[in-house]
Amino acid sequence: MTEAFEILFTASFWVAAIRIASPLIFATMGELICERAGVLNLGIEGIMAAGAFAGWFTVYSGGDLWTGVAVAAATGAAFGLLHATLTVPLGLSQHVVGIGVTLLATSLTYFTYRLVLPEVTSPPKIEPFQPLPIPYLSDIPILGQALFSQTPLTYLAFVTVAVVAWGLYRTPLGLAVRAAGENPAAVESQGLSVTAIRIGAVMTGSALMAIGGAFLTMSAFNSFFFEMINGRGWICIALVVFGSWRPGKALVGAILFAAFDAYQIRLQQVTGGVVPYQLFLMLPYVLSILALVLVARRATYPKALMVPYQKGER
Amino acid sequence: MRLEPRPAPGLPILLALPVGAILVTVVIASLLVLAAGASPLAVFGLVLKGAAGTQFALLETLTRATPLIFTGLAVAVAFRAKLWNIGAEAQLYAGAVATVVLGTGALPFPAPVLIPLLIIAAVMAGALLLLGPAILKTRFGVDEVVTTLLLNFIMLLFVSMLLEGVLKDPMGLGWPQSQKLIAEARLPRIITGKRLHYGFVLAIVSAVVVWIIMKKTALGYEMRAVGHNPTAARFAGIPVNLVLLKTAILSGGLAALAGFSEVAGLKGNLTLDLSPGFGYSGIVVAMLAMLNPLGVVAAAIFVAGIFVGADAMSRTAGVPSYIANVMVATALLTMVTAIMLTRFKVRWR
Repeated sequence: MTEAFEILFTASFWVAAIRIASPLIFATMGELICERAGVLNLGIEGIMAAGAFAGWFTVYSGGDLWTGVAVAAATGAAFGLLHATLTVPLGLSQHVVGIGVTLLATSLTYFTYRLVLPEVTSPPKIEPFQPLPIPYLSDIPILGQALFSQTPLTYLAFVTVAVVAWGLYRTPLGLAVRAAGENPAAVESQGLSVTAIRIGAVMTGSALMAIGGAFLTMSAFNSFFFEMINGRGWICIALVVFGSWRPGKALVGAILFAAFDAYQIRLQQVTGGVVPYQLFLMLPYVLSILALVLVARRATYPKALMVPYQKGER
Repeated sequence: MRLEPRPAPGLPILLALPVGAILVTVVIASLLVLAAGASPLAVFGLVLKGAAGTQFALLETLTRATPLIFTGLAVAVAFRAKLWNIGAEAQLYAGAVATVVLGTGALPFPAPVLIPLLIIAAVMAGALLLLGPAILKTRFGVDEVVTTLLLNFIMLLFVSMLLEGVLKDPMGLGWPQSQKLIAEARLPRIITGKRLHYGFVLAIVSAVVVWIIMKKTALGYEMRAVGHNPTAARFAGIPVNLVLLKTAILSGGLAALAGFSEVAGLKGNLTLDLSPGFGYSGIVVAMLAMLNPLGVVAAAIFVAGIFVGADAMSRTAGVPSYIANVMVATALLTMVTAIMLTRFKVRWR
């Protein structure tokens, strides 16, 4: 039993936790931006798959890693534009369009993968992002090792949280985005276009989701395979609720969740196969549901979330 | 731009928009076929032939449509009451597990007794699985979209655990699969020697029953009222939460029948690949049918035809069969857009 407890004090455990958290941080920030502007983006799961493939394939075809990240982001933004066109000016059901975008992005990704790589038995590999330890800081035991011996993409994830938090709360644009999700009529009365703000927010958010997906193929692993998103997108939607639509809280949620995920993997090894491994794999999903139940009562979601806006309408 | 309601859309509009939706889908699919270096006309010919060109193809399409009718009905009734059940996949497996637990020898009854018992057990399993998220929604205000989605993953891991544990077939050579159902638990084939089974008949009967529930009963009226405007429904004295729970039982039960019918009618046992996403395709089927239970049958056959036809096509033409998934997803998006445009006019100014 002490063995199961000691895991928590090893640096490798926290390094893994931060690594597992990174794609979730990107995608959670992406979903948070969309929802803050009033649009639920259920396309997240498919957009992550598309980003994972687009980034990986760019590098596989000879592009450098940062070009891969940019291509992934552009792919995400394109699916975001599709989602936003249907849900914002046309006001279609965000549930149905979101599921549709997930199905479309996933199937287009698989189709393209099979098209460019017919009959590969083992997924081809790329040279992924390498850990970039920050001098001195990465020498601090456990905390420093966990935070400062990661790949550049993980550092970018943390920078993204800071930028999103600063942008949402400290800039006029952020105020407009939040207002579009709370009181769109007020935005319109200031001479701003709710439609434009929402489309922009969904495209930006979707780009972040795609970078989250690309993290998996370009930093956590080095190849693309089917079903690799494995519900991470849906978990990010739960994390946004858990974080009460605030970037800082959502970041804490993502790290807690990832720590738990890293812990269950290690616990599997400690228990040595006595407990079915599927029970451990289930825990992250069960935990997400429990977290939702805990916060649901006091959740203060954006007032205009999932409410289409039409100019001049009351 | 702004949207203006069309008070009474004319017949040309009602016809032109769905046709336009299908055209857009075909154009996008053609571009993908061209990207794969094949001729669209030849490929669509092969898809059509593979879906309906021969008696074998047609029966195969109907066989594939069977689980889609059940999951399509499950989604249609849930969405009608605005209960966003995205967990038909999990409920399907719940039904399959119940069928396998009771149908592999635990209940030694003759077929006329055993099969109805299995149907009841499967429906209860699926209904219970959706009651969880529905109660979380009505009692705690937890969004059911996320909970039903996450349950899909939990259920698949649970089935995997069962198939490597208590339900594992000792004669299965180590494969994670369950024992075969006893003969009394199997649904007979409609035509001897062909794969189409009485699950298809059960699906059609279910569609008619659901149509009657939705159109002719108080529950159906209440479900539509709750879906249309929960606040107004509450003021009209409709017990909104109770209606949502009843909807969950109906929807979960219908999805579970897909699992029962696939196991008892087609596969004979339970494996982890019992459903290649029938639960998710059910959402497309329900939307294409505009949530009409009888329309679900037609939409399910259409979607099944695309999948079966694309499978046959990809074997000969070398275009990846995932094109079927792309077409189905595109059809969903274009069709909901077309439906919206029949109700509203877009004005640019």
